Amino acid sequence: MKLLIKFVFLSLLALQARAELVIEITQGKQSAIPLAVVPFEWKGLKALPENVAQIVANDLGRSGYFNSLPKSEMLSLPNTEEEIFYRDWELLKQDYLVIGNIQDDKRGGYVINFKLVDVNTKTILMNQKLTGGASALRDIAHFMSDRIFAALTGVPGAFSTKLVYVTTNRERTQFNLSYADADGAREQNIFSSKQPIISPSWSADGKKIAYASFESGRSEIFIQEIATGKREKIASFKGSNSAPAFSPDGKKMAMVLSRSGNPDVYVMDLATRQLDRITKHYGIDTEPQWMPDGKSLIFTSSRIGKPQIYQVSLADRKPKRITFEGNYNARARVTPDGRKMVMVHRNGDRFHIATQNLKTGVLQILTTETQLDESPSVAPNGSMVVYAASVGDRSILAAVSLDGEVKFRLPSKYGDVREPAWSPLLK
Amino acid sequence: MQKRALVKTLGLTFGAVLMTACASNGDLAEGGETQPLDAAVEENVETKGVEGQAVAGEQVDAAASEAQAALMETTVFYFDFDNTTIKSDSKNALIAHSQYLAANSSARVVLEGHADERGTVEYNLALGERRALSVSRFLQANGTAASQIETVSFGEERPALMGHNDSSWSKNRRVEIKYQSK
Repeated sequence: MKLLIKFVFLSLLALQARAELVIEITQGKQSAIPLAVVPFEWKGLKALPENVAQIVANDLGRSGYFNSLPKSEMLSLPNTEEEIFYRDWELLKQDYLVIGNIQDDKRGGYVINFKLVDVNTKTILMNQKLTGGASALRDIAHFMSDRIFAALTGVPGAFSTKLVYVTTNRERTQFNLSYADADGAREQNIFSSKQPIISPSWSADGKKIAYASFESGRSEIFIQEIATGKREKIASFKGSNSAPAFSPDGKKMAMVLSRSGNPDVYVMDLATRQLDRITKHYGIDTEPQWMPDGKSLIFTSSRIGKPQIYQVSLADRKPKRITFEGNYNARARVTPDGRKMVMVHRNGDRFHIATQNLKTGVLQILTTETQLDESPSVAPNGSMVVYAASVGDRSILAAVSLDGEVKFRLPSKYGDVREPAWSPLLK
Repeated sequence: MQKRALVKTLGLTFGAVLMTACASNGDLAEGGETQPLDAAVEENVETKGVEGQAVAGEQVDAAASEAQAALMETTVFYFDFDNTTIKSDSKNALIAHSQYLAANSSARVVLEGHADERGTVEYNLALGERRALSVSRFLQANGTAASQIETVSFGEERPALMGHNDSSWSKNRRVEIKYQSK
């Protein structure tokens, strides 16, 4: 089923050259729930800077769990419970309805009252009041989407989360580390360089980003505070310094250093800067990632000749191979519940995103339409994986649900977009 | 007298070596410039013999350094996918670079390792590094001092060609030798 709905998010401040990501849903769930978000009532004199109902409809539609009814197909536009003619929505085969109104809070901000209505039982499932400042309408909308998504699916919503990713021009002479809403809106560059930037990764509290920058001529690891932009170089040993991964408690960082002449996995205590070498092998050991309990790491190793995923417990330090299908499995990322991992898997001569159940070992390829898939990063609610892929001659971001049913793309208007990292749930 | 005798002996020895070289090497004999040397050796053993040695030495060196220079024009070395083994057709040029570096101890090189875009960013960074290290080990095995070599990897970040096909990829899996000083 191809929906091919295009939602264009135009940035308000188009002063800087931006990637301007545009969401295209390429595949939704077969079982997507029909839902209508009715435009909210607003009696103010000035037009609102954001269309809240549209943002919510887009969020829920993009998740693949819902089919949002376009406004043009609605038979009535109720704002209150009394205005609902249930027959209209039954006729349109809608299961749920979201209605509400937006009011000026007299202090420059807004008050939004909204209700989630079950059309079949004619009951109010949720009745909430949300408030926010003048510039917070988009945040309020994403927050509302999170609440509705959680109420109807049982899974926390991840619409209020952020993405960081690297954008480059075609000539590879300009590299930007960009920060945007999970739907690609409100993009800002938080670091720019003439040299490559790779491997951005978030701290568990969502306040910092670590990445490798080649600004000195070789890769070194930096930590940057998102709110202040303050950055600190934390690894610049001889050779390459790369693949940073904050531990779940934020006290340590796994990284790859080639200071001993070969890429190996180390763990740095961030307070003391003391290094603990985890792997010692003449093959490539890289792309470390913490298991959610912080007691072991998974990483990519070429110790048998071709890259495969290994797990090493910090207690016994004995790497154990965990992927056996195919001759190229790399860059694994674990779902928040620790049950599955996603990784880059070579199938024939194509590179795709695959998921593997960590208990059963069963592997499933999630992507087929895109090519040269790399850099998978899992949404903090475990629902989707965002990754970089090649489409035409461009590198774009795309996303797929963990069950492979939902797919969307975030192609940019300019240059190549690579190395996405999905934030944790932000408080 | 002792000195003269030594020079004479040397002259004769070099003459003989040269003649042997001429006899066994058609290229040198065809140059035709070895002939006056033979004559010089015969006519004025003491002085010309030494001169002859110098001239002959230059000839041989010039040819060798020309060949070395030609080989050293190759500064990019290619690799197979997910492979860090130096290809056999890269070896002559790498030997020429290592001999030059061995003979010029102040010369410094940076070996830049690269990978094609297939596979993951960090694995490719490591692959580029190991390719650079392969070349470094090869240069060292052929006489270059470790202190003359620096290695750096750019992984898949700096492709030589931007295409997304085999012909571009084969040119992107590479190590570039960059002289910092010659």
